[in-house]
Amino acid sequence: MTSATTDAPLARLGRLMVDNPLLPLVVLLFALIGVLALLNPAILSMFWASNTLKIAIPLAMLAACQTLTMLTGGIDLSAGTAATVAAYVTATATPLIGAPGAIGIAMTCALAIGMVNGVGVAFARVHPLIMTLGTGLIATGCLLVYQRSVISTGTEYPALLVWLGTGRTLGLPNGLALFIPFAILILWAQRRSGFGRLLYAIGSNEAAARLSGVRVWQVHLALYSLSGVIAGLTGLLYLGMVKTASLSLALPLDLPSVAAAVIGGTSIFGGRGGYGGTILGALILTVLATMLTLLQMPEGGRRILYGAIILAVTALYIRLTDRG
Amino acid sequence: MSPPAALLDATGVAKRFGAVLALRDASLQVAPGQVVALMGANGAGKSTFVKILTGALKPDAGHVRIKGQDSTVASPAGARRSGLVPVYQEPSLIPDLSVADNLRLGDTPVDRFRHWVGALGLPGLRQDALIRTLPLASLRIVDLARALAVEPDVLLLDELTAALPTDLVERVLSVVRAQADAGRAVIYISHRFTEIAAICDRATVLRDGQTVGDVAIAPGIEDTIVEMMLGAPVTVAARSARATGAAASDAPRLRVRGLATGTRLTDVSLDLRQGEVLGVVALEGQGQDELFDVLAGNRRATAGTVEVNGKPVAFRHPADAIAAGLTLVPGDRAHALLMQRSVRENIALPLLARLGTWGAIPIGAERSRVGAAIERLQIDTRAQGEVRRLSGGNQQKVTIARWIAKGVQTLLLFDPTRGIDIRTKQQIYVLVRELADQGAAVLFYTSELAEVRMACDRAVVIFGGRVVDVIDAADADEPTLLRAAYGLTATAGVPA
Repeated sequence: MTSATTDAPLARLGRLMVDNPLLPLVVLLFALIGVLALLNPAILSMFWASNTLKIAIPLAMLAACQTLTMLTGGIDLSAGTAATVAAYVTATATPLIGAPGAIGIAMTCALAIGMVNGVGVAFARVHPLIMTLGTGLIATGCLLVYQRSVISTGTEYPALLVWLGTGRTLGLPNGLALFIPFAILILWAQRRSGFGRLLYAIGSNEAAARLSGVRVWQVHLALYSLSGVIAGLTGLLYLGMVKTASLSLALPLDLPSVAAAVIGGTSIFGGRGGYGGTILGALILTVLATMLTLLQMPEGGRRILYGAIILAVTALYIRLTDRG
Repeated sequence: MSPPAALLDATGVAKRFGAVLALRDASLQVAPGQVVALMGANGAGKSTFVKILTGALKPDAGHVRIKGQDSTVASPAGARRSGLVPVYQEPSLIPDLSVADNLRLGDTPVDRFRHWVGALGLPGLRQDALIRTLPLASLRIVDLARALAVEPDVLLLDELTAALPTDLVERVLSVVRAQADAGRAVIYISHRFTEIAAICDRATVLRDGQTVGDVAIAPGIEDTIVEMMLGAPVTVAARSARATGAAASDAPRLRVRGLATGTRLTDVSLDLRQGEVLGVVALEGQGQDELFDVLAGNRRATAGTVEVNGKPVAFRHPADAIAAGLTLVPGDRAHALLMQRSVRENIALPLLARLGTWGAIPIGAERSRVGAAIERLQIDTRAQGEVRRLSGGNQQKVTIARWIAKGVQTLLLFDPTRGIDIRTKQQIYVLVRELADQGAAVLFYTSELAEVRMACDRAVVIFGGRVVDVIDAADADEPTLLRAAYGLTATAGVPA
């Protein structure tokens, strides 16, 4: 009797969530902001909102790499490294050859990492998890070698990137000037482009896609190359934001980018989800981090809670939306 | 016949799966010294019966006794302990372990295993060879030798000789016969009448989940057995002289010559003309899967040629076949559908497959093409959303609609009506005929013999990887097809 009464609304909630998968994420985001307001009412301000957006943007961009690859049942664990490589190369090459050349080289490096992933996944049929983990390690190694050779030249941050990363216009972070067109493009591609459809098709049933005439290798090669480029862009933006060239620059974004995609409802098994949820996932993670900081817990406790909340949210979300 | 002495005695076995009564009254007795063939057409309940005999399933009624001991509640291990050892069509060996390790897993006496491997014609088999490195024929021998080594009282052999080369077949048959002569019992399941005639004493025939006959093997018994499997008397229809080369100048849409894949498909030749529905009839595993896979670009042939409209082709990818107008509806819908995606995305998939269509989707054009295909096949789209929520019949329609939307030239249908309701089946027959009338060519494999008359113009019969007969639909009654499918084409001398 009791189970029936608790089951029915739960089932109804589940159906609502299946139809509007983004709704519960919006509710969760505002619930977290509500908790934040209870903890410290003074914190909620235009400045805080703007700051949260600013921090969430690079995370949401890097999470695009995870979302797109996860739609096909893959993942891109080299995205953080590709971002770091792009940032580091830009910072160290700008004093030598100027900003445009440095950014060009940096993006080429990021694209190259993505293409190597693509070749490995498409032709050698290496599992994306292994392939991107491997290229990530190799790229980190190359960066170490590179660091030794350029140690004396110093670093410089292109003005455009600093403007994008730290500037504000009308109280909003300038990063939105990059992010809004980017997000619109990704959302459009996932719904309205043939390439986007093929990502879902391959993730749902690769054999069926093949039998329908899809040359899966083309999609994989293009997808991982694109992922490399997106990671590179993220690295540039992040560099302008933190203005430090370090070998572990984008490391703090690496696993949260996976978490943002998963919380946003993209299935790691492929075929389900989308970038809209990922953007909300990135915002939720950012607000959550602020909240945990406010709680003034020791670092260890904060991390434990952060991980536990991600697991709980994801488990609940999947349980509720995955009704046959 | 001495029932009390039977080594295996199964009587009145029944089994229901939900609403389906798979077995109603199946019986089988095998006395020591006998080889008994267990026979039945598709859907007769043979595989369910085998699963019950070997303890993999529990019967709802009836009993199975091995050496007089009730074994109906037993597991596969229990059946094995009481003396029944099965050897299945797919070798039950672990690929990443060596032969010796596999033997150790099953507690097989190694010396006797070695003896039997030698007797079966593979004396040079290395015990440390990894299973995955051995050819399929050797695996069958290893599996059989392993079973013989435990000296079972009852041996159950399921399609043992499929994919064995002829010299090994002879050895295997003589070893099996010798087992019976030594006082053991053998249940022999095979599609090959010649083997049954060579080693079996009796045949037990299943039809519609019931044992309908038990006959001694004698020359000319084949017709009686086919009759029992069908439940109707065999009347070999007067066959009209085969229409050959009537329009020889006209290149057929699809011309296949000597096609082989190195495994089950050994030598298939056929012509498929524009406007024709050509049936393909074969028992399970006679090479029809491989034939369709090659034609759809999903597998490469090792020998033979394929011509489309007179031009030789060699497909390396399904995309090549689609470009040549050959489109496949595979037998398993799970291989064709994006279960989590919408009907529209499923139907539109081939339209977006090529590199040139990666950009913006022409939404309006897509909607109208998909809509027209849905309309034509009368797909019930009330269950909006994911394809997995559709009924089996509607799912099958989606897989066909995909190619209607793309434009049909040569349609390869692999058992398109399996497991779907009768109304949808009728719709598919009508659709196939319409497509042919509009100039398509259709290759139609079916596991339901009655469909040949309903849907096809002619049928090729494949047995052992070869075309053994070509039958006009008018002559394609079930007995004729079934006889041909069992390789019994003795009609050559019959005057028209």
